[in-house]
Amino acid sequence: MPVTTFLLVLLLLSFAGFQLGRTTAVSSAGGRLSRLHSVPSYYGLYVAMWVGLPALILFALWTGLEGIVVNNMVRASLPASITSLSAQEINLIMVDIHNLAYGNITSRVPEPALTAAADYYNHLRGIGNGALAVVMLALACAGLFFAKGRIHPKLRARNQVEQVVNVILILCSLVAILTTVGIVLSLLFEAIRFFTKVPPAEFLLGLHWSPQTAIRADQVASDGAFGAVPLFTGTLLIAAIAMAVAVPLGLMSAIYMSEYAPSKVRGTVKPILEILAGIPTVVYGFFAALTMAPFVRDVGQSLGFGVSSESALAAGVVMGIMIIPFVSSLSDDIINAVPQSLRDGSYGLGATKSETIRNVVLPAALPGIVGAVLLAVSRAIGETMIVVMAAGLAANLTGNPLDAVSTVTVQIATLLVGDQEFDSAKTLSAFGLGLVLFTVTLTLNIIALRVVRKYREKYD
Amino acid sequence: MTDIISTPRAAPYQSDDFAARLRKRYAAERRFKMYGIAAIAIALGMLAVLLASIVSQGYTAFAQHDLSLEIYFDPAEIDPQGTRDEATLSGANYAALARQSLQAAFPEVESRTERRRLNAIVSNGAGFELRQMVMDNPDLIGTRQTVRLALASDYDQLLKGNIDRDVPEANRKVSDQQIQWIDKLVSNGNIVNGWNWRLFMNGDSRDPELAGLKAGIVGSLLTLAVTLGLAIPIGISAAVYLEEFAPKNKLTDLIEVNINNLAAVPSIVFGLLGLAVFLNAFNMPRSAPVVGGIVLALMTLPTIIIASRAALKAVPPSIREAALGVGASPLQVVTHHVLPLAMPGIMTGIIIGMAHALGETAPLLMIGMIAFIVDTPGGFGDAATVLPVQIFMWADSPERGFVERTSAAIMVLLAFLIAMNAIAVVLRKRFERRW
Repeated sequence: MPVTTFLLVLLLLSFAGFQLGRTTAVSSAGGRLSRLHSVPSYYGLYVAMWVGLPALILFALWTGLEGIVVNNMVRASLPASITSLSAQEINLIMVDIHNLAYGNITSRVPEPALTAAADYYNHLRGIGNGALAVVMLALACAGLFFAKGRIHPKLRARNQVEQVVNVILILCSLVAILTTVGIVLSLLFEAIRFFTKVPPAEFLLGLHWSPQTAIRADQVASDGAFGAVPLFTGTLLIAAIAMAVAVPLGLMSAIYMSEYAPSKVRGTVKPILEILAGIPTVVYGFFAALTMAPFVRDVGQSLGFGVSSESALAAGVVMGIMIIPFVSSLSDDIINAVPQSLRDGSYGLGATKSETIRNVVLPAALPGIVGAVLLAVSRAIGETMIVVMAAGLAANLTGNPLDAVSTVTVQIATLLVGDQEFDSAKTLSAFGLGLVLFTVTLTLNIIALRVVRKYREKYD
Repeated sequence: MTDIISTPRAAPYQSDDFAARLRKRYAAERRFKMYGIAAIAIALGMLAVLLASIVSQGYTAFAQHDLSLEIYFDPAEIDPQGTRDEATLSGANYAALARQSLQAAFPEVESRTERRRLNAIVSNGAGFELRQMVMDNPDLIGTRQTVRLALASDYDQLLKGNIDRDVPEANRKVSDQQIQWIDKLVSNGNIVNGWNWRLFMNGDSRDPELAGLKAGIVGSLLTLAVTLGLAIPIGISAAVYLEEFAPKNKLTDLIEVNINNLAAVPSIVFGLLGLAVFLNAFNMPRSAPVVGGIVLALMTLPTIIIASRAALKAVPPSIREAALGVGASPLQVVTHHVLPLAMPGIMTGIIIGMAHALGETAPLLMIGMIAFIVDTPGGFGDAATVLPVQIFMWADSPERGFVERTSAAIMVLLAFLIAMNAIAVVLRKRFERRW
């Protein structure tokens, strides 16, 4: 694999640079280390940075741009019989060329034009890799000689190295912002493309969701209705069931743990409860689909209700179980933050423990608990695997927890799994849903964090 | 406390009303406490039910029944010319060898339909297993060997008791006659039960008895390697900058708000990011561990940064002041003193983040890591799947054999997670310092 060899060679060169820089510095000081501005290894690091960093930046740039450059050149080289096709078909052909170039199976018998293009593709990549290797090596050597030439006892090597490190640290913390920007841009960009096909009002207010559009004219498929209201109600229904399970259980266990439980019980029960938070969601999904759903259905049928085998109830209850530790640990923190003096005052008036909790502690902690519940709601709305495995695909507009409903995340997952073409409304609608999901969860989080922070300030 | 009520004293406010009210208040107190205990009991009970249902469905998958048959590696069938040429060896009809051997055990079975039913007892993979043996050791040709071959899943399930013999034949996947054959094979000692190596040594398969986790485990390890390689340096650097160096300004505030919000963004949104940016804009390979690793790294970064900052914050300022006092530069203070002291806490955060990444499924579905992978991926750019996605795919298969294997796969995944968390706990216990 050329990538690892490139990086390995670069690493070796930098290490050589480090050694060289250190010995040069020591000899330039005539062996008297006190004449050097910095400790010798900083001179080594200084050289190593000049060797490694420029080449590494070039490498990153090239790996980012290589695909685009090569693709455009291959596309430009295609014969006129292909370039005259529609954009969609050209994309398909490009995929085939890729597959041919990497020796994968293609969707059709390769035509000579395609094999030629694939050869050209491999040829370009070969040239690119070769050129990259030469330029990187040249950059590394140039850096080596430049830095070595600058080594002098007066060179402020430590300050320079630390400046570079500081820049690297800043760049690393900017990754968080870049991620957010990436999420927002990618969602917005694709969602706007979706909204040119389906007007936002129809998407947000329509009552009928059936995204299966016909790809070919002769296919039997539904007309493609993109009214997302049934998905929103389904998501809210399942989230509400989850909250109905998680909030009472989580809150009561938090109250018991922070107010009643002896520290020994607390020390054992709390980690065990946290296990619930560590179980992967796919495991909950499996449990919901294979154990909880049949159980709910059988119980419902023995009571005389018609229960769907993919009922919202089963998925919601299991999701609630998953969220219990989330609610309980957040509420635990918040209840612990209520000052002891409030409790002591209440006890002094003769209130029992439960009266103190109900009338003093909980009202004082209420804003924080509301924040915790909002965070939990946002998590329930964004949860995917449980609902993909246990809730249905049929987007029914219903408030009945015994029916099958579908959620936003289920639709995103099913629309985007497998092969897609990136210009149909069906695929793009997933990004529209993703945008809604992101906006709603982000708003909930911001509100919740505000509320929690305000509450903390009150008692600090 | 209640005995206060039962021993009346000459209190000025003592009255029947008062005693009744007090009784009521104490009853409410007890009830309230019971609610708390009940809530914890329900939560723990749910955990127990969840784990018990998975273990009870899955533990049987760690053993599997094999057919132990004497196979004649017939040279006329495998290598008629005697060239030992690889292409000839790999092209031979090995399934026929297994069938011949089975039919020799039941000479009374003669009609074609019956023979077909008899042949169904051997797994579809038996031929491949025989081929592998011959390819590894061509000297087997012409000899008679007793070998263990996979039994088709339905019969394995029958012997494990998961298919009920009392169900009417029409509703059962196994016919009465096949049950007789199996019983005869058992009494002849042709069926052996043993540790299920296939679960760990095979890739995915459409046949439950052959499906294994190797491809998923290797894919998970490759993906986690990428995640670790990115998340550790970036996460620690970001935490160090924000905690130790960042000036208090708008940009720092923005970064902090961002990190807190990213920690709560649904994981599937990171999958959308990976699909739109890495696959469509950067043309990176689909289904590859490298893309999965990047997406998971972005997802776990907030967790790691928040945990690392807490660990850095816990190092007392006196350490920093002492180091500064003897002439260390701010960066030296951090790298020589603060970071080593905060390392146990940071490592704990990283391991918890990695455990989270190991169990994550949804974003990987978005970037196509849901492919049917039989071969073990060899590199970061190969098509791969991961353990949780493998579980998701198996959970969709209706065969009884896959239910068992899915539960077993979940147990393997949970074992990995427990191991990781145990390491985190040990680290915390061993190196935690109270200042």
